[in-house]
Amino acid sequence: MTQYVALCYYERNQYWDSPSETDLSPEYTEFARRATEAGVMRGGEALHPVTMSTTITVSGGKGGEILLVDGPYAEAKEVLGGYFLLEAADLDQAIAWAAQNPAAWRGKIELRPIAPVHA
Amino acid sequence: MNATDTLVEVLRSEGLRVLATLARTIGDLAVAEDALSEATISALDTWSKTGIPDNPRAWLAVVARRKALDLLRRESARAAKETAAFRWGTGAAPDQIEEAIEAMEPETSLRDDMLRLIFTCCHPALGREAQVALSLRTLARLEVPAIARAFLVPEATMAKRLVRARSKIATARIPYAIPSDTELPGRLTSVLAVVYLVATEAHAPTGGDAVARVDLEAEAIRLARLLVGLMPDEPEALCLLALLLLTSARTSARTDADGNPVTLAGQDRTRWNRAAIAAGSAWLFEAVARSGGVAGPYQIQAHLAAAHSTAPSWQVTDWNRIVGLYDLLGSITANPVVALNRAVAVTERDGPEAGLAALTTIAGLEYSYLWHAALADNLRRLGRTSEAAGELHTAVTLAPSEAEQRLLQGRLRTVRSELG
Repeated sequence: MTQYVALCYYERNQYWDSPSETDLSPEYTEFARRATEAGVMRGGEALHPVTMSTTITVSGGKGGEILLVDGPYAEAKEVLGGYFLLEAADLDQAIAWAAQNPAAWRGKIELRPIAPVHA
Repeated sequence: MNATDTLVEVLRSEGLRVLATLARTIGDLAVAEDALSEATISALDTWSKTGIPDNPRAWLAVVARRKALDLLRRESARAAKETAAFRWGTGAAPDQIEEAIEAMEPETSLRDDMLRLIFTCCHPALGREAQVALSLRTLARLEVPAIARAFLVPEATMAKRLVRARSKIATARIPYAIPSDTELPGRLTSVLAVVYLVATEAHAPTGGDAVARVDLEAEAIRLARLLVGLMPDEPEALCLLALLLLTSARTSARTDADGNPVTLAGQDRTRWNRAAIAAGSAWLFEAVARSGGVAGPYQIQAHLAAAHSTAPSWQVTDWNRIVGLYDLLGSITANPVVALNRAVAVTERDGPEAGLAALTTIAGLEYSYLWHAALADNLRRLGRTSEAAGELHTAVTLAPSEAEQRLLQGRLRTVRSELG
């Protein structure tokens, strides 16, 4: 089995920007329920809008000055709005599941295999 | 065919079969490729001395398996954890793989293995460039320098493209599988598109002159034959083969003695390859019988190629049928190039006024030399000579190769002489 992180991108102007909109659409809940029951979904969250982001850099290497930018790392038309973790036999299976998540038609989903990191 | 050609041909066709099965049994395309490459080098060396063995496939399979095991052992000694994680199947340890290979029946599912290999190389999660590169290396068994030369990129660039593609197959776990019935139509479209792209690259080399180019047309036909052999019931695969054969029949007439391109209108039709036209027509006939009355895009294009191939001359061509076929093609694929070709046929059927009107309604070809050249042709026929010269001048500046530029400059000179 391979784990994939599904990164959900939305057009900036289509992504919610007020806290009153944090109520999740029932379509997402339904997807999460089915995918979790199938043993495919291993977690995931929605993210607050990019206006809430802080981007951090430690300049000059470890222990250096902490530099902050108010906002996302890259100003782009599309913003990362959430992610979920899929465990699937192969890419085709992961694609088939990701294609059922509303983010796939409300925006775009990038599937990235997770690299096993050894301690 | 001389002895070396026969040897190379056997290595290519049998190598593909050995690779297809080896990739499944060891679960890693990159390792299978490397093993086969080493086995091929051994075969070239041994066979050129002893002659080709009675069963070259078995010979290659045994040697390639041995090489694959060596590679896996070396790799596992280096980074056991990593290789286990990046393997198809269950990440079997080398000794289990050895058992699996020992138990392998090479002939059992060869057809399925070849289909797996094809659909993996053309998986839609790989970019088109990567699909084409993999198909030429893995399926057509061309060497990296030859592929690099064919696409006019440095060898290192092509090598990197292949490494990246194979590494994505392993890391993202693109499955070594035949698509399900519901997925098959879409996935087959992607495979056919790759083969078609190889063929069109052969006809329209992007930049530079056609010196020492690999015969991509022959490679495309070879790949199309492979697909037809494996999927004889897919009418669009048959139609693609028909289309490629019909188009290839005109290849030798496409250039004159000085290597300048000759358009269809001016070609010496006695130089067309009648055998290729007959073979292409036969495949098209076969495909129509199997298509259940539904014409896909390759079938329509094959009909178009056949209509031209069977016409005695450019003037005596069934332009009404050709316009009709382009209408049909345009209705399933909205494509300005299809509209351009249709407009050229309209000129021949209805005259330059109608042709010009059809051309001017096409949007998105402002940077196409073919569009400007077609405009010029209609304008000249209408006696609007100075406008025609202007369009030809634009066409010359946009032409992709020196040969095309020479052709258009020749026309420009003719038009300017008419201006007086």
